[in-house]
Amino acid sequence: MKQPFPFSAIVGQDEMKQAMLLTAIEPALSGVLVFGDRGTGKSTAVRALAALLPPIRQVEGCPVNSARAAECPDWAEVGSTRLVKRPTPVVDLPLGVTEDRVTGALDIERALTRGEKAFQPGLLARANRGYLYIDEVNLLEDHIVDLLLDVAQSGENVVEREGLSIRHPARFVLVGSGNPEEGELRPQLLDRFGLSVEVTSPTDVDQRIEVLRRRDAYEHDNDAFMKTWRPRDGKLRKRIEAARTALPSVATPEQGLRDCAELCVALGADGLRGELTLLRAARALAAFDGQDEVGRSHLRAVAPSALRHRLRRDPLDEAGSTARVARTLGDVFGPYQTAAE
Amino acid sequence: MSGTETWNRAALALRLLAADPSGLGGLWLRARPGPARDAVVAALDRLPVPPRRIHPAIASDALSGGMDLAATLSAGTPVLRDGLLAPGATILLTSAERCGSGLAATLGQWLDRGAGSLILLDEAADGDECPPPALTDRIGLFLSLDDVALRDTGPLDMHLPASLPTVTLASEQRDALAVTAASLGIASLRPPGFAAAAARTAATLDGRSQVQDADLRLACELTFAHRAQATPAPEDDTSAPPEESHEQDGETQRPEIPDDMLLDAVRAALPPDLLSRLAEARTRRAGTAGGSGAAHRGNRRGRPLPPRPGTLDGRARIDLVATLRAAAPWQPMRRAADRTDRRLHIRSADIRVKQYEETSDRVLIFCVDASGSAAMARLAEAKGAVEILLSEAYARRDHVALIGFRGNRADVLLPPTRSLVQAKRHLAGLPGGGGTPLAAGLQAGCELARTSRGRGLTPSLALLTDGRANIALDGSANRGTAEADAGRMARLLRTEGIAGLVIDTGRRPARSLEELARAFDAPYLALPRADARGLSGAVSAVLG
Repeated sequence: MKQPFPFSAIVGQDEMKQAMLLTAIEPALSGVLVFGDRGTGKSTAVRALAALLPPIRQVEGCPVNSARAAECPDWAEVGSTRLVKRPTPVVDLPLGVTEDRVTGALDIERALTRGEKAFQPGLLARANRGYLYIDEVNLLEDHIVDLLLDVAQSGENVVEREGLSIRHPARFVLVGSGNPEEGELRPQLLDRFGLSVEVTSPTDVDQRIEVLRRRDAYEHDNDAFMKTWRPRDGKLRKRIEAARTALPSVATPEQGLRDCAELCVALGADGLRGELTLLRAARALAAFDGQDEVGRSHLRAVAPSALRHRLRRDPLDEAGSTARVARTLGDVFGPYQTAAE
Repeated sequence: MSGTETWNRAALALRLLAADPSGLGGLWLRARPGPARDAVVAALDRLPVPPRRIHPAIASDALSGGMDLAATLSAGTPVLRDGLLAPGATILLTSAERCGSGLAATLGQWLDRGAGSLILLDEAADGDECPPPALTDRIGLFLSLDDVALRDTGPLDMHLPASLPTVTLASEQRDALAVTAASLGIASLRPPGFAAAAARTAATLDGRSQVQDADLRLACELTFAHRAQATPAPEDDTSAPPEESHEQDGETQRPEIPDDMLLDAVRAALPPDLLSRLAEARTRRAGTAGGSGAAHRGNRRGRPLPPRPGTLDGRARIDLVATLRAAAPWQPMRRAADRTDRRLHIRSADIRVKQYEETSDRVLIFCVDASGSAAMARLAEAKGAVEILLSEAYARRDHVALIGFRGNRADVLLPPTRSLVQAKRHLAGLPGGGGTPLAAGLQAGCELARTSRGRGLTPSLALLTDGRANIALDGSANRGTAEADAGRMARLLRTEGIAGLVIDTGRRPARSLEELARAFDAPYLALPRADARGLSGAVSAVLG
């Protein structure tokens, strides 16, 4: 099968790419929500991200991708203690999925044929330490959403059913995409996504031509195309790895904290999660830029993604949240030109 | 476009599909049952990879593969079955307009992996039905056989030349496709890729190694025409978006193929009433995907019902205890017959699945009078009233739909959706003026209520009007007939058992409207006396 489209070859959509890279650097950001039109490269970006991410080390054959043999759950009966390298898991959660497939359930096959009670892990187990991708997240059935909320919050999947009592870690980055015209997302789920991005089809003809050009080259001249772009993806991967190492040492000056708080107060964002996410994202961006301190430019760059979905919202208000964030940014930090940092 | 032309184009499209199934993603065939469709479907069976037929209610394990339970139980060892969604497969989805979002997502992800093609057989009776946009966006070709008569049809040649040359698509030609898509208002970035694949394949089938203008034209007709969201500017206009920035650097990079030519090709293939249908189409597409509501009797949540015999199709959950109970009495007999030392003998007939009952989602259909008399009086206030009801609906997480009636017709402005923002936008853009076709409005409301019920939603209808009906159902301006028609429709709504609410938006309460409300068996509320609290109280009473 063909390699996925390279991440660095995606034309435009800078905010989406930035948000995805930030979650790769700082998994505690706990997710990206990508809302926008069809055919704007949402799925392409997620699949490209999977190929871009640095590999993880896990115990061979462990169903929950444990990093150490001691962390393997008992029910999995993992015999091996060997560590193997594998790509970061990116698991698709299809819309019509049943609860059993998501959480895992009694292994019916073994129960009926061998009369044994065994646990068959679900998608949440497979997504541990990786990404869980939900396309059309706003059409997901409510009971699956409830279940995801619970697991995303606790980082642990608990299965109590059919005589089974199983728990296993399920820490993953949620990536959701959808088309807002088809329905809205429950605020509770909205809040679980650290960052949210709005993508639109590029209106610039040159950009559209460039998209077709690269896509065409990818389809018909794959070798040459990958030869051009694979090194760039490799460079990006190195940068992510460097940023991960640098992240703990990125300093947050007093002024940065104050800026975060002021911005959130001015916007009237609900709760403190907004400030935390804003700070985390800004730190991750600073690390990615190779700087040792969070500056206003970082806050300015991540504020729309981190805050736009957290504004208290009048359901009948038509003014976009993006516009409100941008306006408040201008009010708090001053116009963009003067804030040259 | 005549039927023969359509037929010839269909023949070409089928050959393209045969030559490059995965590059084109597949074919969306809109046709009612008939000889033309039969001929095309028969030709599809002659594709190099004959399609596997699936239907919208197919079980997920049949698609993705899994354990064959019946075989496993009788063999005593796990028997795995391959799914239909293998790489390189061609899938034919019948009744595609009834495809649910879950199946659409599965098929979409499979298409995204880029190794198969999907054929949608769309038998939509009218414009209200449409295959899920998640699929149509990922499928290159579109054919509509609506105007093909039997005499237009001819033999379909699916034969491919033994060797196909490799084709080059000049960069100007490729850019021209991107520009054309942009000027047709096609937002998605997938179609230009499909057009490029179609043009290449058209050339290769002709035995040429260079894409020519005719190939580009055909590609645009087949992949762009049905997606056009804006009518291209007329010919005399400079329709291609200018690219001055390129022309400054010496050599002109402006596409050599005049984009006008491609636009002309698409324009010729555009349905004549495109403009009038554009607005509808947009809301329709948005609505159909999210519209299907929960069924009354589900297998996932709600109040548990007794388990029933069933098959494990990946959707229902097994009731293990009930299954064992059903199998228990047979154990000695089966053990004796089987003579193996298996402890447990279960046949597929023993399988019991869980079943739940739940109340379905509600949809509140607003039928808003936007006629001249209402506009003169208090359209703005009516809009305000609808907004109160909308926020009420939002709090209850109901679906809302909007019908506006004025002049001599009623339009479904917004099919059932949960998107409040959209409802608000449509309401704000509702123009006023013209006669009051009250009966037509009620008829549209009744039809929408029926279709919503078919999707598992429970409909209620809120009518906002000043009650001065003056346009009859047949469009004639006759106050007497108009009122009689409206009364008839109200009684129909009552017999359909649709809950309702009538809000009088006139300056003075209209007696005729009160009678109408009685015929409809719905509470009547005169807006002059109804404040916000009264309104939401009335809605609560109606919706329970």
